[in-house]
Amino acid sequence: MNIVACIKQVPDTSEVKIDRETNTLIREGVPSIINPFDLNAIEEGLLLKERFGGSVTVISMGPPQVESALREALSLGVDRVVLLCDRAFAGSDTLATSCTLAAAIREIGFDLILCGKQAIDGDTAQVGPEIAEWLDVPHLTYISAVEEVSDRSITVSRLLEGGYERVRASLPALLTVVKELNEPRLPGYRASLRAKTEPVTTWGAAGLNLDPANIGMKGSPTKVTRSFVPELGRQGQFLAGSPEEQAAALIAALRSARIVHGSAKES
Amino acid sequence: MNYFLTPEQELIQQIARRFARERVAPLSAALDEKSEFPRRLLEVLAKTDLCGVYIPEEYGGLGGGMFEFCLVVEEISRVDSGVAISFAGTGLGTIPILLYGNEEQKKKYLPDVAAGKKIGAFGLTEANAGSDSFAQETTAVKDGDYYVINGTKQWITNAGEADVYTVVAVTNRAKGARGISTFIVEKGTPGFSFGKKENKMGIRASTTGGLVFNNCRVPRENLLAKEGMGMIVVGRTFDQSRPGVAAQAVGIAQGALDQALKFARHRVQFGQPVIRMQAVQHMLADMAIQTEAARALVYSVARDIDSGGKGVAKAASIAKVFASDAAMKVSTDAVQIMGGAGYMKDYPVERMMRDAKITQIYEGTNQIQRNIIASELIKERDEW
Ligand SMILES: Cc1cc2nc3c(=O)[nH]c(=O)nc-3n(C[C@H](O)[C@H](O)[C@H](O)COP(=O)(O)OP(=O)(O)OC[C@H]3O[C@@H](n4cnc5c(N)ncnc54)[C@H](O)[C@@H]3O)c2cc1C
Ligand SMILES: Cc1cc2nc3c(=O)[nH]c(=O)nc-3n(C[C@H](O)[C@H](O)[C@H](O)COP(=O)(O)OP(=O)(O)OC[C@H]3O[C@@H](n4cnc5c(N)ncnc54)[C@H](O)[C@@H]3O)c2cc1C
Repeated sequence: MNIVACIKQVPDTSEVKIDRETNTLIREGVPSIINPFDLNAIEEGLLLKERFGGSVTVISMGPPQVESALREALSLGVDRVVLLCDRAFAGSDTLATSCTLAAAIREIGFDLILCGKQAIDGDTAQVGPEIAEWLDVPHLTYISAVEEVSDRSITVSRLLEGGYERVRASLPALLTVVKELNEPRLPGYRASLRAKTEPVTTWGAAGLNLDPANIGMKGSPTKVTRSFVPELGRQGQFLAGSPEEQAAALIAALRSARIVHGSAKES
Repeated sequence: MNYFLTPEQELIQQIARRFARERVAPLSAALDEKSEFPRRLLEVLAKTDLCGVYIPEEYGGLGGGMFEFCLVVEEISRVDSGVAISFAGTGLGTIPILLYGNEEQKKKYLPDVAAGKKIGAFGLTEANAGSDSFAQETTAVKDGDYYVINGTKQWITNAGEADVYTVVAVTNRAKGARGISTFIVEKGTPGFSFGKKENKMGIRASTTGGLVFNNCRVPRENLLAKEGMGMIVVGRTFDQSRPGVAAQAVGIAQGALDQALKFARHRVQFGQPVIRMQAVQHMLADMAIQTEAARALVYSVARDIDSGGKGVAKAASIAKVFASDAAMKVSTDAVQIMGGAGYMKDYPVERMMRDAKITQIYEGTNQIQRNIIASELIKERDEW
């Protein structure tokens, strides 16, 4: 089974501070990490390879410093890493990002693509499903368990708000994964030694047969017009006491807000 | 202090440190409270390749020696020595195979131990054979191609959890100390079962229990070394493994010092952090002195062992006594510096102080170590 895991290098948001003036993240001096959910994607790739054989390739699009994230992926034991790095990719929104990643993944060849459920900085959760659309393969999101894998299909559990949903898709397919899926391993000794010397394959736009209109700034229809902190419009209020006391307090509150009318006796 | 680790040794230390901080630390208090064997954590460790750190590459290990083993034990012990000893207990059970196993035995057992697929244990102690380990009552009687083992071992680290046990038994009582042998016994062998799991003061994540042999038939191929060499195997094994206990002690001392320092910097009394009080500073300084001195000693002895140094018994005992006494003192002082907070289970020094005690007891009490050191001194000739 040939598996491609997509990883994004992100600022460690547990260390990040917000600039109150501009409402943007202060990225300077903040350590970069692999997007945490992408570590679950890598781990699942490695677990599936342990069971079914094949290979795990990790791919990331970003500036040259993303090489350190890819070396970390190598230290976890993946077979190969590919960096998509080119000035032509600069300014990509999720559509251009996914278009570029999809072209590279097609080039690599795949039975299964694994992505994180979302990046902890961009947070859109769009890139995974968009890659699947570009490649015209099914995608299954929020995967918390891989239950069955056969030559032609994969059965998984999706973690939804109210419970789990078991679904099956034909292969090849793309999954986006949640942290409940597995416990990412630590770097291994042997893989870490290899990670120091292994070359990181770097691809630019040229070799990927990409339409210049679909990548970088040009391929990015998203426009950020304004970013702001939403006004605090409503606030919850907790009522305490016995059920009777709570009911009385609720009715009083609804009356004083003029949502209900009349006295207690009438109602 | 710079101990001039090679890049490979630094990598081993770094991986062990990450394992301890990221994976062990969040579970320590619960493992201690529930006295729960850290099987899942050992699986995580296995994937880092560190389970085979002291096993030659030809048997699937990383090709390091006792020095690298000590680095791993120290780093894990800095956070939780109960978890560290669950790993090191396998080392204690495996060293006899490394030292005395024949090619078939090594090929059969070492790769699985190196890969973390098999856990090991070492069964020497009995109800009436503690410090006096020669007073073995367990017997192994030859019967054709088998040895039939009968007897009970007590207080064995990893009992019941381990897959491979190195067991000491009397093969010829008439020969006394030369009538004792060592065997490899696999879990699941008919006639081999386990006694009760002990409820302990410290290293509670580590399982300690009994081994019960009731007409347990072990194939002749499982005899380690030759018949009658058992106590030599035991002695040489301890020469190698004692620095591991010392490394456990260094880890506990360092972990307790880490905690006490952090606390002293933040705890304010009389309008200033308590670290500003000279009485506290001197305690911290003494803790650092003892910890660093212990580490320097342990590293030196471990390197001596790995370079094939002869007569390491004395040095191994010196390291074990010094480091374990340091761990007890430093962890006790860490509790003192932290006052009431140090006495509470909310902070790890309470556990570390309980954990430290065992390092003065097992693999030979510190009294026995002093006997060994003294007997070596007696043998030495006048220098001038
Ligand atoms: C409105 C908007 C405008 C933007 N405009 C710009 C811009 O002008 N210039 C600019 O540089 N950036 C811009 N970005 C950022 C950039 O487009 C996104 O960071 C990127 O597309 C990934 O989206 P995300 O962070 O929401 O990831 P998600 O879609 O949340 O990520 C889901 C998963 O997709 C995979 N993935 C995501 N990104 C990558 C990647 N780069 N490589 C490999 N795998 C990946 C990972 O597996 C990840 O877990 C913009 C983002 C938004 C939301
Ligand atoms: C948690 C734990 C794990 C253990 N794991 C293992 C294991 O994996 N495998 C194994 O085989 N054993 C194991 N042991 C046993 C351990 O090695 C023994 O407990 C230890 O060697 C001391 O023996 P004892 O407890 O019988 O003490 P005793 O021998 O009864 O000693 C009692 C006291 O007398 C002192 N003493 C005894 N003889 C002398 C002497 N000649 N000179 C001066 N003082 C003396 C001792 O120092 C001690 O203070 C473990 C023990 C514990 C508590």
